[in-house]
Amino acid sequence: MGKVKGKPGPLARRPDNSAFKQQRLPAWSPMLTANTVLPFFYFMALICMLLGVWLLLTVQRTQEVKMDYTKAGECSRCFEKLKNESNAGQSCICTVVLHIEKPLKGDVFFYYGLKNFHQNLRRYMDSRDDGQMVGRKTNLKNPSSYCMPFDRDQNGLPIAPCGAVANSMFNDSFTLYYNKLGSPVKVPLLRRGISWYTDKNVKYRNPKMDNLTLAQVFEGTAKPLFWQKPVYELDPFDQTNNGFINDDLIVWMREAAFPNFKKLYGVLHRGDDPFTKGLPAGTYTIEISYNFPVQHFQGRKELVLTTLTWFGGQNHFLPIAYLVTSSLILLVAIVLTVVWWKFGKTGMNMEE
Amino acid sequence: MFRKRFPPEEERRVRANDREYNEKFQYASNCIMTSKYNVITFLPVNLFEQFQEVANTYFLFLLILQLIPQISSLSWFTTIVPLALVLIITAVKDATDDYFRHKSDNQVNNRQSQVLIRGSLQHEKWMNVRVGDIIKLENNQFVAADLLLLSSTEPHGLCYIETAELDGETNMKVRQSVSVTSELGDPNNLFSFDGEVVCEPPNNKLDRFCGTLYWRDKKYTLTNQNMLLRGCVLRNTEACYGLVIFAGPDTKLMQNSGRTKFKRTSIDRLMNTLVLWIFGFLVCMGVILAVGDAVWEREVGSLFQSYLPWDPPVNNFLFNAFLSFWSYVIILNTVVPISLYVSVEVIRLGHSYFINWDQQMFCSQCNTAAEARTTTLNEELGQVEYIFSDKTGTLTQNIMSFNKCSINGQTYGEVTDPLGPQAKRLDFTPFNPLADLDFCFYDDTLLESVKVGDSHTHKFFRLLSLCHTVMSEEKSEGELVYKAQSPDEGALVTAARNFGFVFRSRTPGTITTTEMGRPVTYTLLAILDFNNIRKRMSVIVRSPEGRIRLYCKGADTVLLERLHPCNQELMNITSDHLNEYAADGLRTLALAYRDLSEDEWEAWSESHRCADKASDCREDRVAAAYEQIEQDMMLLGATAIEDKLQEGVPETIAVLSLANIKIWVLTGDKQETAVNIGYSCKMLTDDMTEVFIINGHTVQSVRQELRRARERMIELSRTRDGGKESGMEGWGEAYFSGNGLRGGQEGDGTESGGGGGGGGKPPQCPPPPPPPPPPPPPPPSPPSNLMDNVSGEFALIVNGHSLAHALEADMETEFVSTACACKAVICCRVTPLQKAQVVELIKTHKKAVTLAIGDGANDVSMIKSAHIGVGISGQEGIQAVLSSDYSFSQFRFLQRLLLVHGRWSYLRMCRFLCYFFYKNFAFTMVHFWFGFFCGFSAQTVYDQYFITLYNIVYTSLPVLAMGIFDQDVPDHRSLEYPKLYEPGQLNLLFNKKEFFICITQGIYTSVVLFFVPYAVLSDATQSNGVPLADYQTFAVTTATALVIVVSVQIALDTGFWTVINHVFVWGSVGCYFSIMLALHSQSLFRIFPNQFHFVGSAQSTLLQPVVWLTIALATAICIVPVLAFRFLKLDLKPQLSDTVRYTQLVRQKKRKPAGRSVGSAWRGVGMVAEGRLGARGGSRRSGYAFAHQEGFGELITSGKNMRLSSQALANFASRHSSSWIDTLRRKKHNHTHTPPSASGECSPAPSCVSGSLPPLSNSSSVLGGSQETPIEEETVPACDVQPVPAVSTKTHPAAAAGPESAAPPGPAQASSSSVLGSSAVRCHGGDSPGGWTLSLGSVQEALFGWKGFAGRSGASNSQGLPPVAKETSHIE
Repeated sequence: MGKVKGKPGPLARRPDNSAFKQQRLPAWSPMLTANTVLPFFYFMALICMLLGVWLLLTVQRTQEVKMDYTKAGECSRCFEKLKNESNAGQSCICTVVLHIEKPLKGDVFFYYGLKNFHQNLRRYMDSRDDGQMVGRKTNLKNPSSYCMPFDRDQNGLPIAPCGAVANSMFNDSFTLYYNKLGSPVKVPLLRRGISWYTDKNVKYRNPKMDNLTLAQVFEGTAKPLFWQKPVYELDPFDQTNNGFINDDLIVWMREAAFPNFKKLYGVLHRGDDPFTKGLPAGTYTIEISYNFPVQHFQGRKELVLTTLTWFGGQNHFLPIAYLVTSSLILLVAIVLTVVWWKFGKTGMNMEE
Repeated sequence: MFRKRFPPEEERRVRANDREYNEKFQYASNCIMTSKYNVITFLPVNLFEQFQEVANTYFLFLLILQLIPQISSLSWFTTIVPLALVLIITAVKDATDDYFRHKSDNQVNNRQSQVLIRGSLQHEKWMNVRVGDIIKLENNQFVAADLLLLSSTEPHGLCYIETAELDGETNMKVRQSVSVTSELGDPNNLFSFDGEVVCEPPNNKLDRFCGTLYWRDKKYTLTNQNMLLRGCVLRNTEACYGLVIFAGPDTKLMQNSGRTKFKRTSIDRLMNTLVLWIFGFLVCMGVILAVGDAVWEREVGSLFQSYLPWDPPVNNFLFNAFLSFWSYVIILNTVVPISLYVSVEVIRLGHSYFINWDQQMFCSQCNTAAEARTTTLNEELGQVEYIFSDKTGTLTQNIMSFNKCSINGQTYGEVTDPLGPQAKRLDFTPFNPLADLDFCFYDDTLLESVKVGDSHTHKFFRLLSLCHTVMSEEKSEGELVYKAQSPDEGALVTAARNFGFVFRSRTPGTITTTEMGRPVTYTLLAILDFNNIRKRMSVIVRSPEGRIRLYCKGADTVLLERLHPCNQELMNITSDHLNEYAADGLRTLALAYRDLSEDEWEAWSESHRCADKASDCREDRVAAAYEQIEQDMMLLGATAIEDKLQEGVPETIAVLSLANIKIWVLTGDKQETAVNIGYSCKMLTDDMTEVFIINGHTVQSVRQELRRARERMIELSRTRDGGKESGMEGWGEAYFSGNGLRGGQEGDGTESGGGGGGGGKPPQCPPPPPPPPPPPPPPPSPPSNLMDNVSGEFALIVNGHSLAHALEADMETEFVSTACACKAVICCRVTPLQKAQVVELIKTHKKAVTLAIGDGANDVSMIKSAHIGVGISGQEGIQAVLSSDYSFSQFRFLQRLLLVHGRWSYLRMCRFLCYFFYKNFAFTMVHFWFGFFCGFSAQTVYDQYFITLYNIVYTSLPVLAMGIFDQDVPDHRSLEYPKLYEPGQLNLLFNKKEFFICITQGIYTSVVLFFVPYAVLSDATQSNGVPLADYQTFAVTTATALVIVVSVQIALDTGFWTVINHVFVWGSVGCYFSIMLALHSQSLFRIFPNQFHFVGSAQSTLLQPVVWLTIALATAICIVPVLAFRFLKLDLKPQLSDTVRYTQLVRQKKRKPAGRSVGSAWRGVGMVAEGRLGARGGSRRSGYAFAHQEGFGELITSGKNMRLSSQALANFASRHSSSWIDTLRRKKHNHTHTPPSASGECSPAPSCVSGSLPPLSNSSSVLGGSQETPIEEETVPACDVQPVPAVSTKTHPAAAAGPESAAPPGPAQASSSSVLGSSAVRCHGGDSPGGWTLSLGSVQEALFGWKGFAGRSGASNSQGLPPVAKETSHIE
């Protein structure tokens, strides 16, 4: 077809004798023979088994302490108080007590967890303006329509950061005290470096400062409706942690995939005794600034303290899944071997 | 389009030379436009057409949905990118097609024609020709429009046209102008012609025209005989003038070029059903999720409103759920991705190219490669169950060659040693300057005999040069061209010509020949013409010396009866020869002469004249007169003509029937010819349990014959099975005790009354059954399920007139159940319409895929109505090819087309579809599971770019590569093991069950792909403590796991890893990672922060060991069960293909010395057989197989045609031929003289058998699979004299005892003795089972497992058996 009629003679229209056109390309035709499949199954079973055991041992080394503080102790008072819509925005401070039986060795990570909070709703997730958060001034003043109805306040001022995600930012704060022999010692928490590198350095940027203060840059914008402080005053202690690059904001803005999730709050600073080796066993008091209302959507709030290994926090599913898979593969392999040995032997032979 | 606005024409009025008058009616101009678009209309029209496709509209609808922000769960580009891609590809294809149409339109519209304008001829483009113009045509010009022929340069206003482009017939037709206009002659007269034609409106009937010419106050009736239609070519006519009646789109040619029926494959239909089901499934999913959404919004979402208020227009959960439904429809629509249809088209296109490129389907003799003219049917080639084949030109080459002859008891033309050095072709030129160079003959003894002047030989060839109705044309001295009415006659006259008896020319009263270089003119006294009843023709000539002699040639059956008694001895010898020839599958004729005295001639001539003039029963009387003179003849000898089979036909048929494909031959030929060919191409074999002939002329008799055939089948298979099936036996018992054999015998009476019409009455009229058969009480026809398990090999031969009855509505099922129980069905004397009806019958009753193969215009209807039409690009014009889906030039390519290309296509398409549905379910259903965790908010699991690219980039190429290149077994294996074809026929590889398995697997995968990452990630954290449960990490993990799982799956599915597969599979995975990293890169984010907000997710996620462990776990869980199931299936229930593949893999080939490798042997033989008719057993004599027509002799003697060129004459008769097939056959005379393109064609000596026979290796399983007899038994000739009934006995319904019966009864004694004789011969051949010294015939026998006998034994006694047709009538 469409070939230049160069060749005269009776074979002018003869198709090319190329391996491709004649479908004779050299090829590898693998086949599922007993020689390949059965060893593969045993090998898989073995690998999974080893992985499972190794992971299980690793996971055993991690420790995790969880505490649901939604209505725990004093906090039930705050819980009741926030039930009344009119009290929203009023701060309520409560303390809860946490007993740690065994010391948490190594780096200890402090998480807050939410249950039944749907950060993964489509409209919720869309309700943000990454252009604004990366510091684009046009977007700062004209938030994307996706942020509706959290794009402008009643006065028509653009909200920064706009959208439902930012608006619903978790705003409880925690102070941890270690009751060392009756005298409470404040547990030092690092509240920085708890977000992805790319988030902190690429995805979230404050608008260009041009020698202005952050407050001036954000002038003409309103704080999100549910917020108590504007975005440029989120961290009262560290000016460089304010605005869109506030770590807590960044952590919150990375939406969770599932309705029950935990987010990093801080990491134990192991500079001073008694925390150089982690958290010692004993009683801890946690002072909570209880602001985030969960009761109306039947959510729960919790605190999580864990230690980590190379592959992350405590996660029993993975090693167990590997072990189960390995035993199933082994079972299948044995069954296949038996079947092959007993019944299948003649199947492949085609001698008459 | 414009013309549609006018009311439809009621009648057409055209006035010659009056443009103003004609313009009033606004007839279409002669400008044709087959193109659909122009530059401006292309875009809108093409888009409009494309959106008429349901799929495209559906995706457009989705696109619109996505533009509604409340619903849009995906960005608009996830749909528009693939949609645009599809639309653009299709548009480009349409545009190219249309461009070429424009080009050809332009070319046609700008052809020049000469138009008579104001009394002078002017050159005008075709498109400027108007209705009512008079145009002049010259020889070999195309007719520009539908013209009324006004005058021509030939006498009587005749002109000749070739209608090949119109109806595919290559023969010429004659047209004549109305006498009054034929005198007009030159342009000046024509200019003053102002007749007005009133005629029917434009229509598409090619063979009909009715109109009236009004001129000078007189009316003249116009018919199709006066018309020259557009598309015809003027031949043999210097020039002619015509009046344009229909122009441009109104011409019959254009009216006929209607839309061809669009064929869809069964996979297509299944796919459409499945797509509909999937839509249903989609809606169900949507409803479930919408209900979930309603519940969730009510229970949870309403409470969550402070964080996420409902959209202002949405203020209740029900409406929210409604919107959610549509949102889910959008995100779940990828279960039917738009790329499905495109990919299927691409794969089919690829397969089509492979067909076009296949060197093994290239015919070097005709320089044609196979061509897939339709690209959409390939996979159906792998599912064919019924093949309907034309005979002439398809199975046979339609070349007749003079092969052997017997002169005065001496046989010539025998190639003594087929294995010896190639016999030298005789060179006639030194001896005879007039010889036809293309004539092949190998036996020089005959030439010697001519040279020495043997009188018998001379008489023999003189007869051949005189007794015929061939016309000759001598363009220049010595350059003779014969126009024979039938190719057989041409072959005979050519033979005579080469042996020195050259027929030069004829006039109504004379025949001029050159005998041994000496011109002789005979006076032709009478031609006693051929007809089907007489089966002979004679001429009576007076030699220059004044001797009157009658020369006769005819079917041996009729001729031998009319010999002078003194010929007895010669007759016996000749008869033996005839038997021999017939056994070789040659068409035979006996030749005889009779010297007449002047008185005898006078007397007979008088009585003949008398008979001729008789007004009543003229035909009977003339026949009687002929009978009277054709007596006491002296036998001269016999001729044997080979109707060359195409190369490799028997082998192909054998292989195809091993592949369980039923082959029906539908031919216009006579029964004898058809049966002969059936034997020579191994459709019918002597192993067959029984051959039934349905020959009845009435509904009743046909019904009875069918019924009897079924009874016999049941009975025979019952005896064979030895009552294994008790149910059947019981039934048979009950039935046969009632009116079993008796009824059958009574039926014979009717049959012989009907079938033996040859007894003396014209076969057209149904003969009154002499003793009216007592109508047997119609027994209940055996239930068809009973017929389904009839075992044994039967064949059915149906005559055209019986077929007409069998196709009637009430007999259809009976016919189908009978015919389908037979291994071979041959329908003879079938009209083109019946061919199509038979195909339709099987299509409707059997629901099987049918393939029709043919080469002539008479096959077009069946080619069009079958699922797949194959055209043989042979000698009969291109009509069949044009309407076909596939075309190639040799019948034997069919096996490669079906068993290799078709099988592969089917396999690939099925694997493709399975995988395609799997991968999309795996991909899409993850959203469904996620719905339960994201509050049914139609949140997608993946990044939107992943959704966009998944189907068109990440997973498309590996599956396309598999769909295009995959092979389970190599091509030669699928030819060796035709059984491999069966899964396609049974529709095993992709059906609803397979589909459910695929989607179940897909859903299982989606469950794993969602829940494993969910369970792992919801708790896991990165090694720096940051939780992994964020949406983007989850999305990346799932997507990566998905890509890896489906890639592993395609790797498992791919059975044939070429470089391309490797590149595509690895490339796709690599592509996924690089594209993902690019999309998640900082630079893109900096430009479009809102579009690429996944920045950094890829790096951050893929660096986590947990993620990789998760992916590995998910992959293992997804793949291990699949692997286990496949292994089990392979181990416990291996398919033949698996086994073949396995053996291929381990190359473990045991060789048994006893057996033969059929698979490779047939190829060797195929090359050698060289289109020769294989030797065949049984004593079947070819009849007078002329495609002769009565009335030709009369035409010659009357001299009516003599002013015409002789070529036109041959066609002249076609006008009174009602049968299309005869017309077609008659034009074959062209081919007897077409030079064979390669010398190989005329070398019947298979010189290289020994060289090309492969070493013996054992793969007899091939045959063993479908034939009861093990092959070893066949290679060892049957030395014990176990008479196996020949066909002659089999057709004998009285011989009910079955195959084991002893020697056949009385009338067939001759055959029984020949059986004995032949088995002796076979014994002899059997001494060398190695086969090296066996003749080709024996090799073929051994290979195809039929036992031949008779023929070759010279000992069998004289009385040749009548041809099969006769036999039925002889019984009783």
